[in-house]
Amino acid sequence: MSKNLEFVKFDKVDKSYDGKVLVVKDLNLDIAEGEFITMLGPSGSGKTTCLMMLAGFETPTNGEIYLDKNPISNIPPHKRGIGMVFQNYALFPHMTVYENLAFPLKVRKFQKDEIDKKVDKALSMVSLSGFEHRMPGQLSGGQQQRVAVARALVFDPQVVLMDEPLGALDKNLRESMQYEIKHIHESIGVTVVYVTHDQSEALTMSNRIAVFNDGKVQQLSSPDKLYEEPVNSFVARFIGENNTFAGQITDMSKDQCKVKLNDGSEIIANPISVKTSGDKTTVSIRPERALINTKEKMDNNFKGKIEEVIYHGDHTRVRLDLLGNKEFILKVPNSSANMDIKMGNQINVSWNSHDARALDPK
Amino acid sequence: MSSESKQILTTDGIPLEVSLKKAERKNKIKAFLLVAPLLLFLLITYIFPIGDMLMRSVDDKMVTQMLPKTFKSMETWDGKELPPEEVFEAFYLDYKKLIEEKTFGKLSTQLNYTKNGFKSILKKLQRKMKKFEEGNYKEQIMAVHPRWENVEYWRAIKRRAPAYTSSKYLKGMDMYVNEEGKIVNVAEDRRVHRILWLRTLEVAFFVTLLCFLMAYPIAHLLATLPMKYSNLLMICVLLPFWTSLLVRTASWMILLQQQGIVNDFFVMTGLVADDARPEMMYNKTGTYVAMTQILLPFMVLPLYSVMKTISPSLMRAGKSLGGTPFIAFWKVYFPLTIPGIGAGCLLVFILAIGYYITPALVGGASGTLISNQIAFHMKSTLDWSFASAMGLMLLAGVLAIYWVYNKLVGVDNIKLG
Repeated sequence: MSKNLEFVKFDKVDKSYDGKVLVVKDLNLDIAEGEFITMLGPSGSGKTTCLMMLAGFETPTNGEIYLDKNPISNIPPHKRGIGMVFQNYALFPHMTVYENLAFPLKVRKFQKDEIDKKVDKALSMVSLSGFEHRMPGQLSGGQQQRVAVARALVFDPQVVLMDEPLGALDKNLRESMQYEIKHIHESIGVTVVYVTHDQSEALTMSNRIAVFNDGKVQQLSSPDKLYEEPVNSFVARFIGENNTFAGQITDMSKDQCKVKLNDGSEIIANPISVKTSGDKTTVSIRPERALINTKEKMDNNFKGKIEEVIYHGDHTRVRLDLLGNKEFILKVPNSSANMDIKMGNQINVSWNSHDARALDPK
Repeated sequence: MSSESKQILTTDGIPLEVSLKKAERKNKIKAFLLVAPLLLFLLITYIFPIGDMLMRSVDDKMVTQMLPKTFKSMETWDGKELPPEEVFEAFYLDYKKLIEEKTFGKLSTQLNYTKNGFKSILKKLQRKMKKFEEGNYKEQIMAVHPRWENVEYWRAIKRRAPAYTSSKYLKGMDMYVNEEGKIVNVAEDRRVHRILWLRTLEVAFFVTLLCFLMAYPIAHLLATLPMKYSNLLMICVLLPFWTSLLVRTASWMILLQQQGIVNDFFVMTGLVADDARPEMMYNKTGTYVAMTQILLPFMVLPLYSVMKTISPSLMRAGKSLGGTPFIAFWKVYFPLTIPGIGAGCLLVFILAIGYYITPALVGGASGTLISNQIAFHMKSTLDWSFASAMGLMLLAGVLAIYWVYNKLVGVDNIKLG
């Protein structure tokens, strides 16, 4: 089956609430059929607005949204056939679990036995069979969450939107629900648009992630690419931990550049969004890509002073004063070879220039 | 199991329950002392007056005490024919005593309530009695006025013998105990109270309905508008609340009278002819309009406080699941507002059923309610026991409505905030 790669299409969408500030700026986004895409970004970045426009609760100020090639701006929400899981579940508190799930089927005039069958199936999918006659208030947060997911899926919508559905759950439950939602997505193949500000949630669940900031998509790629190869310093900062050096390009070759840092030292980096020498840049290195006292040959080798050691069980976080950056973080795996990490010690730190990405200076 | 029957002891060996009671006694006393003034206040200003009202409404001791000998001698009288001489003698002695104490006027008023025509014959008796000779009072009294020969009047006296009576309640329902001691309706042209009761219920019902119809959209708007607008609207709703009731009613009088602003407007726009201005005051219309306006905030506030708690995402959920806006409203939003509707309707209905000032001022003859009748008996006829009886009937009615309401909606479902 050939998949429609433009199942949902945002075409040059702008959105403003007050006529002065654009909340969403020139958004172009294609979502493939059956994809699990996450809109990730800090609060106020426009991701929820995008979701609301797709659901039909907000209208784009400019541009058009297409669902399976049909423009939907003029279709009211109840005719779009899009399932939605809300932030606080939005279960109808005066209806039982069964009635909640039957609601979308009843308004679609399904027969009673068909409703029963579909509700049964949806409940067993979220492993809540037997809870039909409970009221939402009698369920735990996690169970309510699952009912909300089941309700959004029970009428076989083309697209399911999820607006920070796990935000109200505690950490353990959130993690197990992440897997559960992921498995449901994999088993029924529905297109999911998921909004969250939690990057680990986005990384574990999605096929692709759209990182939002300031009303714009900063980067749209798979989780691993997003983490390993951020295209700008916002994404590098926002996703995962990140050590940065501000500096200026002094020498530029095809896949390497020299960066002169503010304290005068020079490092070799991988040019991503810098063009010529003289450009200002921010170099980003992931904490786990810099190694201490390594025997491997790497093209950046420096000495740093240990400022702080935090024991994390399986690994140790070490904060260094390195090349003028007092916030340089290292993650050292917990092994007997690294027992000499003590505050105040000088240690050797090395990394490959490929992992030091020279990005925009912001 | 043994652990069930075994008493749990504290570390010091005192039974746990005893220890707990001891520890909490102080708090209980404190709590009681805190509510004691209110309890006392309620007792003095609420329970006691209602008890007094109840006593007053059934109390019929006055006549009993004024004619002690008469009633004693009447005990053996079967009431079929004229009473024997002893009764006449006892009545003469009792009445003589009343004349000496100068309280005979009260008796004539009281007996006249029971049967018309007593007033004049008692007065005549009082005048003639000075010349009465001893003995054979029966003939002497009967000679005063032919009505004294009528057995009905003596039966009427006997009916006043018990110290307690339900006659006031019967009167409140346009019924009375007739000469044969049966409860019957009063003549059709004299039934005033039943009309008033029904009108009170009708007005309360429609005022509640009108309030509900108007308050629901307002409350919804209040709950959904952004803060800066909703505050302004809230003040608009509450402003009449802060204005004196009398002023508001008076302003309705200015608006609604025949030469008033509303009528002027109708004439100006050509809706009605100048010589056919509709009467909107001193009738039911005036009562409806003014009472609805005055009671509206009592409906808006409970509705608003309930609607405020309904998450807007519920309506969105309803729509996203395929419900049209109407279905989403009717199946999701409306059921969730029922506690507020219940509270508002009960509040407005109960307030409306006992409403007084507004109907008194703008109601006219066809717009007065039962409370105006109660006030009339309190102030004008001074028949306090009848006023008390009607007041208690009103209270019983309210309690009955509350009971029915509890069966239908459930008091637990009422939410005032």
